[in-house]
Amino acid sequence: MIGWFPLFLGTVALVSAALTVTRPSVVHGLMWLVAALLSLAGTFFALGAGFAGAVQILIYAGAILAVFVFVVMTFDASPPALARERLRLKQAARGPLLMVLALGLPLIFGLWGGAVASGLAPGGVVPVQAVGGLLFGPWAVAVEIASFLLIAALLGARHLVRRDPPQDSERHAP
Amino acid sequence: MILQSLLITLFSIILIAALLTAAGVFTWVERRVLGFFQERLGPNRVGPFGFLQWIADTVKLITKEDALPPDADVVSYRLAPVLVAVPMLAGFGVVAFGPGLAISSLDMGLMFAMGMLALTVYGIVLGAWASRNRYAMLGGLRAAAQLLAYESFLGLSLMGVVLLAGSFTMGDIVLAQQDYWFILLQPLGAVLFFIAGIGAAHRLPFDLQESEQDLVAGFMTEYSGMSFALFFLGEYLAVLLVASLFTTLFLGGWLGPFLPGPVWFGLKVGIIAFVFIWLRAALPRPRYDQLISFAWKIALPLALLNLLATGWILAVWRAAP
Repeated sequence: MIGWFPLFLGTVALVSAALTVTRPSVVHGLMWLVAALLSLAGTFFALGAGFAGAVQILIYAGAILAVFVFVVMTFDASPPALARERLRLKQAARGPLLMVLALGLPLIFGLWGGAVASGLAPGGVVPVQAVGGLLFGPWAVAVEIASFLLIAALLGARHLVRRDPPQDSERHAP
Repeated sequence: MILQSLLITLFSIILIAALLTAAGVFTWVERRVLGFFQERLGPNRVGPFGFLQWIADTVKLITKEDALPPDADVVSYRLAPVLVAVPMLAGFGVVAFGPGLAISSLDMGLMFAMGMLALTVYGIVLGAWASRNRYAMLGGLRAAAQLLAYESFLGLSLMGVVLLAGSFTMGDIVLAQQDYWFILLQPLGAVLFFIAGIGAAHRLPFDLQESEQDLVAGFMTEYSGMSFALFFLGEYLAVLLVASLFTTLFLGGWLGPFLPGPVWFGLKVGIIAFVFIWLRAALPRPRYDQLISFAWKIALPLALLNLLATGWILAVWRAAP
């Protein structure tokens, strides 16, 4: 059983995801991605998974996408560039749209089958302590593996911004 | 069920009205206090002590033309100020103004409020990008990098408090401060949170995205009328939200003798807001690279250290018989 509210938010997330990959302007696409992530966070809240919802807002919408926006807002958004992008999208958008449709099917069937309850979080709210206990209990190894990934990314970033010590020929007199 | 929903709706409407009024009055207080700091009068014509100045300003801003730059991306341009103001209002939904006096005592209340603070960056960046203006664009780039840097240790600086209280819920955090305010147990966390709060609310001295000397008005260069006012509303609400969070986390929230809880809460928030104005009058802006390297190289490691030390002390404390 699932409430009306998460269903509605899930639908919004799917539509926003479809719009993300079909907008010719990258910034518009990113804003739809923000909308998709926020409605996903809302879905988590409505399903009683407050921690996942808060992390979704804070980490994905608040931090990761902000970095994307930082880069993307410097892209060319002039009318000719948009026209080129539109032409390219005509072909490329079909795959993602089919994917969205496929993901939307369970929603439609869920509604058809009447698997809808009233009220928020029909399964009850999961307290944070329970999530923490699971993450650092039975799933501790998986969490540590994920943290390896982050450390690898950190070292990669460190390597990319490393400055070579200046060669003798390049060194300037003070 | 229906009665409860109606009550929550009513309370929300009252809260939003109170917040909008508070933000308006705050503009008057700020101009007046800045006037005293700078040995000038400040607004003093409209009403007693110029108190009605903010109403006059609101009327002026509503009646002004809301001009649209010719090249602007219309939808984004109109949406951006709303995206700055609305998350701030939503953030207040989890703030506990008194015992049981919160719209939602959400389990993850603190993280929700932090998430709402983090979302302002989109309003600013979208407004900057949609204006199609070089100054606005530079302001937007600065805003994106700065907010990211300051959000990073905003959350970490208050995790010590969460460890001490054992909860993310605002009400529980206040109740955990019956004996000591957490500012006594977490002085470093409090200082770091306050600095991060100034950065997140993009107030002076950390308002390089709208520094008028080099960027006209930064991301809101092109805005006028009510859109302009919405950006400012968002900024003042952000200050009030950060002050409310600081009060809840470090100053014992509504706790205090004699006076009722919400009055204490309001007094504490008022004092923090006053400090914000004071800092604006007292401190010059840092250079942009100083601002960013302070966040990543000093504040973030300090916040991590604070969290580590708090964890160790708590673990030893609890293990001791």
